Amino acid sequence: MKYCRGPILLIAPLLLLLCTTACNKSGGGSSAEADTIKVGEFASLTGSEATFGQSSHKGTVLAIDQINSAGGVLGKKIDLISEDDLSKQGESAMIVKKFISRDKVVAILGEVASGRSLEAAKICQENKIPQISPSSTNPKVTETGDYIFRTCFTDPFQGKLLADFGLSTLKAKRVAMLTDIASPYSVGLAQYFKEPFLAGGGTIIVDQKYSSHDKDFKAQLTAIKAANPEAIFVPGYYTEVGLIVLQARQLGIEVPIFGGDGWEAEDLLQIGGDSLTNTFYSTHFSPLKDTPEVQNFVKAFQAKFNGEIPDAMAALGYDSVLMLADAIKRAGGTDPAKLRDALATTDISGATGRTKLNEHRDAPKAAVIITVENDKFKFLRDVQP
Amino acid sequence: MIEFLQQLINGISLGAIYALIALGYTMVYGVLRFINFAHSEVFMVGAFVGYYFGHMWDWKHLPPWLIIPNNSLWGGTLVLFIAMLICAILGVVIEKLAYRPLRNRSTLTVLITAIGVSLLLQNVGQLVFGPNPKAYPALFPQRDIVLGGLTVSTNQIVVLCVTIILLLALRFIVMKTRTGIAMRALSFNPTAASLMGISNDVVISLTFALGSALAAAGGILYALNYPSIDPLMGTLPGLKAFVAAVLGGIGNLPGAALGGLIIGIVETFVRGSRWSTYTDALVFSILILILLFRPVGLLGKFQAEKV
Repeated sequence: MKYCRGPILLIAPLLLLLCTTACNKSGGGSSAEADTIKVGEFASLTGSEATFGQSSHKGTVLAIDQINSAGGVLGKKIDLISEDDLSKQGESAMIVKKFISRDKVVAILGEVASGRSLEAAKICQENKIPQISPSSTNPKVTETGDYIFRTCFTDPFQGKLLADFGLSTLKAKRVAMLTDIASPYSVGLAQYFKEPFLAGGGTIIVDQKYSSHDKDFKAQLTAIKAANPEAIFVPGYYTEVGLIVLQARQLGIEVPIFGGDGWEAEDLLQIGGDSLTNTFYSTHFSPLKDTPEVQNFVKAFQAKFNGEIPDAMAALGYDSVLMLADAIKRAGGTDPAKLRDALATTDISGATGRTKLNEHRDAPKAAVIITVENDKFKFLRDVQP
Repeated sequence: MIEFLQQLINGISLGAIYALIALGYTMVYGVLRFINFAHSEVFMVGAFVGYYFGHMWDWKHLPPWLIIPNNSLWGGTLVLFIAMLICAILGVVIEKLAYRPLRNRSTLTVLITAIGVSLLLQNVGQLVFGPNPKAYPALFPQRDIVLGGLTVSTNQIVVLCVTIILLLALRFIVMKTRTGIAMRALSFNPTAASLMGISNDVVISLTFALGSALAAAGGILYALNYPSIDPLMGTLPGLKAFVAAVLGGIGNLPGAALGGLIIGIVETFVRGSRWSTYTDALVFSILILILLFRPVGLLGKFQAEKV
């Protein structure tokens, strides 16, 4: 026993010293951070849906720059912390946990893909941190809980709109469907298309399936060709849609092919090329629309990003920040419960038109139908809710 | 009937690519008795080399006589040869750096190293090429030929022709040349082969070069048919080609070609049916069944293991 006392006596003051310096550090840190508002953003900056993530991220950054250069919100600058989820399932949960526990953000923005938004939503709801998904359309995202919001319309609305479009504009009653069973977005949209389409007198003559990252669709398309449909409905993401349309045209399928907002990306044109003639999709926004809100946004975006033309994901990313800034202003601070209440009563006007949230924290708003002509996207028309 | 024939054409063109990759697995197994899991990444690198050389007309600072013409038969063939050459070198380098130092260790050690090399190449690929999918350029002139309701694309014909030519060339090399005889001798008994004056290191390097060149050709043909490539594109075709090699009898060259065709056709028919979501499950069930009931594969011969 005698021999032990010496080292303990030496270590004790050391421990004390360590403790006091540690306490000092954390105390100093919190006072310095108080003059900014920390917001976390997770996006698919790389990977298979990188185009979506990049667009959405650019819209978000533009809005935050504009707000900060105009003096910030309630006199404080917004500090955006962005993380890349690599378009992988599982990554977003990890990032959101880090945002909440380490960065202590007041709100979280993200994502485009419904599957990854859903993953994050569960964690945000548990920790009572408001999450705004700019462009996830699957209804389950906001059904997770009362702290989850979105800036866009939902799949039931989009599905109904596409069913009407198929029946009345394309005059197609016998439709083949090709669904990505590995993506909640695709499965959801297929289901919400099917119900109104069948109710409107249409029939689904073949229902084929594929998985994200598939490259060969010739087998499914040959089966579809044999059934001889009047149109093909493909509720998928652009990487696969480009290949599907290309291979369909190679097999001599000339009927219209249509789908939802997952199609929206310049990459679709690169992969699909001129086989995309006679295809249609619905989305949230078109830069070709001639209203002052749209044109101001397009001008600001082009000025910041070397003349790049914004797409729907960029516009929704932009509006999601406007929504958050507006709510922080009305809540008078960043208290999570007050911020939540303010977000629930959002009614703002942004790049994608009027965003007024309903009781499910969704934003029913006008959609646009886009077609492809001469290797370019072309605005076809508006569809009011 | 037309649907059946069309699916058969789709299946054969997919199977031909699996056959090319499966040959690489089988050759390395025949000589070294281990599965080179990095093979599917060589396939990916082959596709990317084709992508960059296929885009040579974008390299504005190059002198015009150096530029490979886009969309022509000989331009496409040239790109194919460059990719095969670069991947052959890559295969030799992988063998020298990763497998040769472990030559006298157990095959399990080498097998795990192969998985490591595979992961390394995937991640270096994401770093160098970028993780986003890229649209593939049309290397050969493309047209669709319609024959009474059947559609055959020129790409499918290119795939079939290239596969048949490479298979015949490989068969010639292995059966008729001195190198081929050395390869077969090494596969039969490495110690005896080296006693007969065969340099094992040289023959093993050549085996890797040949197998990797075939993988590069497979990568380019795959990307021509499904024109969107990314650094993780090799994993699934690689695994399926491995199943094809086992199905045909690993270590057996005609077996690998046969296995590739069978897997390609089965996969296509299941994908076109109501059970399309079970395609991959079925392919891997074939692997389990063949290992249970005929572990030497369709064309393999039973060999007594000396204890």
